[in-house]
Amino acid sequence: MKYQTQKVAKPYFIAALVLFLGQIIFGLIGGLQYVDGTFLSTVLPFNVVHMSHTNLLIIWLLMAFMGAAYYIVPEEAQTELYSPKLAIITFWVFLIAAVLTIAGYLFVPYAELARDTGNALLPTMGRGYLEQPLPTKIGIVLVALSLLFNLTMTLIKGRKTSLNYILIGSLWGLALLFLPAFYFPTDTVKASYSWWWVVHGWVEGDWELILGALLGFILIKITGVDREIIEKWLYIIIALTLISGMIGIGHHYYYIGAPPYWIWLGSVFSVLEPLPFLLLMIFAFRVFGQRRREHPNKAAALWAKGTPIMAFLGAGVWGFMITLAPVQYYAHGTNFTAAHGHLAFFGAYAMVSLAIISYAMPQLRGREANCMKAQQWEMAGFWIMVLSMIGITLALTGAGIVTVFLQRAAENPLSFMQTNHKARVFFWIREYAGIAFSIGLLTYLASFFIPGSYEYSEESKKALNH
Amino acid sequence: MPNTHSDSAVQQVVLQPLPGDFAIWIFIFAELSVFAIFFAAYAITRNTHLELFNVAQTHINKTYGYINTILLLTSSYCVAIANRYIKEGRSTACTRFLAYAMMLGAAFLAVKIAEFNNDFANGITLSSNLFDMFYISLTVFHFMHVIMGMVILSVVTYKSYKGKYNATEHTGIETGSVYWHMVDLVWIILFSLVYILH
Repeated sequence: MKYQTQKVAKPYFIAALVLFLGQIIFGLIGGLQYVDGTFLSTVLPFNVVHMSHTNLLIIWLLMAFMGAAYYIVPEEAQTELYSPKLAIITFWVFLIAAVLTIAGYLFVPYAELARDTGNALLPTMGRGYLEQPLPTKIGIVLVALSLLFNLTMTLIKGRKTSLNYILIGSLWGLALLFLPAFYFPTDTVKASYSWWWVVHGWVEGDWELILGALLGFILIKITGVDREIIEKWLYIIIALTLISGMIGIGHHYYYIGAPPYWIWLGSVFSVLEPLPFLLLMIFAFRVFGQRRREHPNKAAALWAKGTPIMAFLGAGVWGFMITLAPVQYYAHGTNFTAAHGHLAFFGAYAMVSLAIISYAMPQLRGREANCMKAQQWEMAGFWIMVLSMIGITLALTGAGIVTVFLQRAAENPLSFMQTNHKARVFFWIREYAGIAFSIGLLTYLASFFIPGSYEYSEESKKALNH
Repeated sequence: MPNTHSDSAVQQVVLQPLPGDFAIWIFIFAELSVFAIFFAAYAITRNTHLELFNVAQTHINKTYGYINTILLLTSSYCVAIANRYIKEGRSTACTRFLAYAMMLGAAFLAVKIAEFNNDFANGITLSSNLFDMFYISLTVFHFMHVIMGMVILSVVTYKSYKGKYNATEHTGIETGSVYWHMVDLVWIILFSLVYILH
C-alpha cells in the first residue's frame, strides 16, 4: 500500500465478506426449502429467502468493487484519494441502506414494503434483482455518484493510466446502466427490455470490464509484467466484450413478444460471448508465464489464476449451453439458468472480488503478504469453495435436464411440482454441495484471524539485500 | 552441405513470425469466427428459403456493392504499399499511403450510408423478410468493423506522421494493416455471398 487514503478500502472489503456470509446463509435456507417446502416457510417464505440471497450477492459485489476502486485508483494515479472522508460517509450510507433493505424484506410483507416506501409514486419494485424499494434505488444512485465524483477527481489530479481509465469508465457504465431500473412500464415486453438493459448490461457487459481491470491490476502487481502488455490485452478483451455483449442481449428477447430477428441476432452474437472469457484466460496464463517475480502472496496468485478459468466455465461454457434460441425454447426458466447463474456469478465476479481482497487486505493490514499458515487456510478455502460450486452447478444442471425431458420436451409433460419431485436427488446434492461451500467460506474467513506476515527464507533475504 | 543450407532456408521461412502484434491475431480469429457463424447461418437459411432469397436479392442495388468492393480493395492495396515503404524506411510515403487508405475507407462508409438510405426508402428492414434480416445485419456489422478499422488506422497514421515508426520498428503499422485486411477479406466474402450468389 503506497498511499494512506487507500485504507478506506478496508471497511468495504470487511463489509463485503460479512454480506457474502449472509448471502450463503440464505442460499442454504433456500436450498433446503427446495427439498422441504415447509422448512421455516412461515417465518421466511421462499420468495423472501431468494430475494435476500440474490440482493445480498449484488450488494456485496458492489461493496467489493467499490473497495477495489478506492484501493486501486490512488495507487494507479500515484496520488492520495480526493476525499477519503466522503468515501467513508458513502460506505456507511450504503451499508445502512443495504441492511435496512434486507431487514425490510425479512420483517415487512413485500406489498406493504412497496406501499410504505412510495412505490406508487414511481413503480420500480418487483423485478428479479431489482426488488429494492425506491429509496434504496435512489440511495444506490447517490452512492454511485459520490464514488464516481471521488474517483474522477483523483484521476484528474493524478497520473493517467489506461487501467484507471478502464476501471473508472466501467464504474461510470455501471451507474448509467442502473438507470433503466427506474423504468418499469406495464407493457411486459418493454419491462423486459429495460430489466435486461440493467441485468445483461451489468453482468454480460460492463462488469466484464471491471473484471478485466481488477484482474489486470492484480497481474501487474503479482507478476511484474509490463503494464503495456497487460493494457493491450485488456483493450482487445473490452472490444470483444462490447461487440458480443451489446447485440448478444438479443438472447433475452426470444419468444417474449420482441421482433423475431432477435432470434438470429441473439443466437449469432451469443456464440461470440464466451470469447472474451476465453481471451481473459489466455491472457492471464500468458502473463503468468512471462512473470518477472515470485510474489510472496501465493493465495492472491491462486485466486487470479482461478478466476479466468471459472469465469470461462460459468459465464462462457454454461452460458453458451443455454443461449441459442432452439435450446432456450426448451431450457428457459429451468435450473440450467440457475446452474449458469451460480457458476458465472461466483467464477467471474465473486472470485475476482476475493482475488483483489486477497491481494489488498494483507497490504491494508501492513504486510506484503500473510504468513504461509494463513495463506494455506485461504487456499484450502479456495479449493473447497471452487469444487463445491462445481458440485452445485452440476447438480442444478442435472435438475435442468430432468425438467427439459419430463416437462418441456415430453409427450405427456409433468406438472411443475411433479417434475421438481423427480429432480429431488439433484436438489439434495445441491444442498450438500452448498454446505461444503459454506465450510469453504468459513475456512477462507478463518484465514483472516491467523496473525503474522510472510517470512522470506534466509536465501531470499540475502538475495533481496543484495 | 547444400541440404543443410536449404533446410535452414526452409526453417527460416517456417519460423517467420506473424506480422503485427500476436494479440490482434487472436482478436481476428474471434472476429472471423462470428462472421463464419453468420455466413453459415445465411447459407443454411438460404438453402431452405431459396426462392425468397432469390427474389429479395433483386431488391438490393448491386452498383453500390461493386463501387464499395473497388474502394475497399484499393484501400487495402494502399495499406500494403504503406507497409512496403516503412520497411524501406520511407516514413513520409508510408504516412501518405495510410492517409489514402483512410480516405478510401471513408468513401466506403459514405457509399454505404447512401445505400442504406436507399434500402430503407425501399422498405428493406430487419423485419421485412429473412433475406433482408441477414443483409442488414451482416452489412451493418461489417460497417461497424470498417469504423473500428478506421479508428485503428487513424491512430497508426497519426503515429506514423509523428515519426514513431521506422524500418526496424513498425509493429503498430503491421497490426493495423492486418486488421484492415481482415475487414477487406470479410467484405469480399460478404459481397460474393449476399450480393452476387444467385
